[in-house]
Amino acid sequence: MAKKILLANDHIEGIRYYDAYRKNGGYAAVEKAFKMAPGDIVEEVKKSGLRGRGGAGFPTGLKWSFLAKPEGVPRYLVCNADESEPGTFKDRYLMEFHPHLLIEGLIISSFALGSNRTYIYIRGEYAWIVDILEQAIAEANSNGWLGRNILGTGFDCQIYVQRGAGAYICGEETALIESLEGKRGNPRIKPPFPAIKGLWDCPTVVNNVETLAAIVPIMNLGGEEYAKIGVGKSTGTKLISACGNINKPGVYEIDMTISVEEFIYSDEYCGGIPNGKRLKACIPGGSSVPILPANLLLKTAKGEPRMMNYESLADGGFATGSMMGSGGFIVLDEDQCVVRHTYTLARFYHHESCGQCSPCREGTGWMKRVLQNIEYGKGKLSDIDLLWDIQRKIEGNTICPLGDAAAWPVAAAIRHFRDEFEWHVLNPEESQRRNFGLAHYADPLEMAVV
Amino acid sequence: MAEEQKLFTVTIDNITIEVAAGTTILMAARKVGGDVAPPAMCFYSKLQGSGGKCRTCLVEVAAGSTADPRPMPKLVASCRTTVMDGMVVKNITSEKVKDARNGVVEFLLLNHPLDCPICDQAGECSLQDLSYEHGKAGTRYEFQRRLFQREDIGPYIQLHMTRCILCYRCTYIADQLTDTRMHGILDRGEHAQISTYISKAIDNDFSGNMIDVCPVGALTDRTFRFKQRVWFLKPLNAHRNCDKCCGKVTLWNRGDEVFRVTTRKDEWGEVESLEDGKPAWICNECRFHKKHTSDWVIEEPRKINRHSVISAGHYVNAVKPPEFIETVNGGRKPRHLMDIHEVSEVNKPNVHLNELPRSPKTDSYEK
Ligand SMILES: Cc1cc2nc3c(=O)[nH]c(=O)nc-3n(C[C@H](O)[C@H](O)[C@H](O)COP(=O)(O)O)c2cc1C
Ligand code: SF4
Ligand code: SF4
Ligand code: FES
Repeated sequence: MAKKILLANDHIEGIRYYDAYRKNGGYAAVEKAFKMAPGDIVEEVKKSGLRGRGGAGFPTGLKWSFLAKPEGVPRYLVCNADESEPGTFKDRYLMEFHPHLLIEGLIISSFALGSNRTYIYIRGEYAWIVDILEQAIAEANSNGWLGRNILGTGFDCQIYVQRGAGAYICGEETALIESLEGKRGNPRIKPPFPAIKGLWDCPTVVNNVETLAAIVPIMNLGGEEYAKIGVGKSTGTKLISACGNINKPGVYEIDMTISVEEFIYSDEYCGGIPNGKRLKACIPGGSSVPILPANLLLKTAKGEPRMMNYESLADGGFATGSMMGSGGFIVLDEDQCVVRHTYTLARFYHHESCGQCSPCREGTGWMKRVLQNIEYGKGKLSDIDLLWDIQRKIEGNTICPLGDAAAWPVAAAIRHFRDEFEWHVLNPEESQRRNFGLAHYADPLEMAVV
Repeated sequence: MAEEQKLFTVTIDNITIEVAAGTTILMAARKVGGDVAPPAMCFYSKLQGSGGKCRTCLVEVAAGSTADPRPMPKLVASCRTTVMDGMVVKNITSEKVKDARNGVVEFLLLNHPLDCPICDQAGECSLQDLSYEHGKAGTRYEFQRRLFQREDIGPYIQLHMTRCILCYRCTYIADQLTDTRMHGILDRGEHAQISTYISKAIDNDFSGNMIDVCPVGALTDRTFRFKQRVWFLKPLNAHRNCDKCCGKVTLWNRGDEVFRVTTRKDEWGEVESLEDGKPAWICNECRFHKKHTSDWVIEEPRKINRHSVISAGHYVNAVKPPEFIETVNGGRKPRHLMDIHEVSEVNKPNVHLNELPRSPKTDSYEK
């Protein structure tokens, strides 16, 4: 049985509300933290080895220690709840069913960073969650966990929820800050980084919902204990939102010692692939990360089993590996078409580009149209090389990582599934009726059984 | 006295110079000048916050600084990256940069209508210059280009959104120069457009400068539209006493007629600075309403960059080569690739063109 720490109380009735949450050990971490010096909390988070759960996996303690602390200038903590990455829906689960866990994490983090006004920037489509959060904040307020002079420490803190208007790009931290300031959500040009000049030009830390929720168990267990969970630099537990062709889609908490194979096939997690189909490919970390074919997904290029953690998923670089990303685990079975799938993603990035920098603004639309042609049987073989060239010229040349995020899925699809693209081009009519779906991509393990 | 400015040593394309701390790579490269300066489509040194968007100015940083000589992993936008002491930058000496820049130019041209023959900006368009230098003859884009309706945004300015490259310069200038910004960027991604949202008129006093900062022909002067090609006009420096602005302008004349009035632009296409260091922006009155030579005190003809089409027919800067080509080549005569007389059927050596009484016709050659 895997260790659960974030969702340990998942089964308790009414955990969404203050009373049940408090009865089950809630807000003990705040009590503990407020007896420590803010600097020690940062140290504790550093010791825990916690890595940002928003996608980039940057060590949170380190990020916090970069926060500039000029005299007389307020500092801000912003919780990034914009979660709009296709395939990722773990933050939603946390906020919907464990709002107090997030609030508690936010109080501790605000205290550690010295933020008196803390914001939750939530995706506009999560309209009903805003109510849940605001109720939780009101409960925390009336029980003295927020407001002025919390627990007599002299520390004031208030949490505000701000709704976005439904743009993926507003999840990028600097675009989020712009949007929070009431401007157009264009990513800023870095440097300066938010840790120096963020919200209203004040030092700001932006963290993902799950990152901030994980501060609670870190406080409860202590940084060193927390670091013992997991392996290597992938400490603690991670929420994975699994979807696609699996028997049990949903949000799972894993400690990062299990293998990808176990995650897909064991009944505790995804429960295998429905209708006895075979695994074809998988995007292990949300739509932005490279897709992997079954053989590279289950085993690394070196032949070791691939594990569900930051290092192992990234093993082999982009040539034969992928990324942990934000934990959106999308499984494709043998009936799925990689060309169609890539086209869908390209459409998404085209739609969501903010249009500031030319490679992303123009390139995403171009890729989309070329993929559309291939998908609908109007492609040429040279289009595949063209796509490769476009993505190559977008990647790394843009202001924010959305450009890369648009380029990587296309690059990986061509890298691993080039013959499927070619088949589409060469069989324009047949490709409209049926999928390439030939078995040689499919899961080598299953094939041995069959 | 102010503290002495700290100087940083940077090497750009193997040329080492010293610049003040806080200078961007682009401005340092402009000090060297010539090809070393990366092209800039969105950056405008006189507009705060501009730059970083078009990505044409990407350069490779081969060594970050003396203290930390690691190269930077990605190409950086030179207009928004400040130099460090001991930094080594590669611009045109880097294949990576050239490749990325070709890509950016291709992206910029993807949806551009390429209607230069009917565009007022032709001849002084940054995108035109950029594509001559880095662009390809053909496009690989096979789809319909983005289209927008032309729109008059106020009495003086027309917006051709199809030509816009979304450099944001016009929004910065409206923010920094006029009382209220009346326009902005609407929508996102490929659909992003400059707009006044509910067709408001832009007629702030300094709004005309938007036309001058626009690198392409997206914002054009309605009092000048289709009147003349810029290379037929003669630019003259002129001034008048104006109570709103500095009154120092360039008149674009043909004969005695003033066709248009603009700011004075330096070699980078940016407005020149006054003696006090402030940019010489001009007001709408000077720009749109003073169109008689009698309104102005004319100073001198402007010097035009030899490579600009506007200099066609202006021979002021033409320099006679000091030596014959043989001297330069060390006595070697230039080698003709092909002797036209030997291969031509029509242009026979026995026909001397200068002896013909009128312009040659086919039968002149058929003797
Ligand atoms: C286009 C784009 C979208 C992003 N969307 C989100 C998001 O929805 N939620 C999130 O937590 N981080 C998102 N990020 C990552 C954030 O920029 C940032 O890295 C993160 O909030 C940092 O938090 P962490 O250190 O806790 O991971 C996005 C990044 C990019 C480039
Ligand atoms: S990469 Fe795309 S989303 Fe990011 S700033 Fe550039 S245009 Fe906007
Ligand atoms: S209208 Fe001109 S100045 Fe304004 S964003 Fe477009 S190209 Fe730039
Ligand atoms: S000039 Fe630097 S990005 Fe446009």
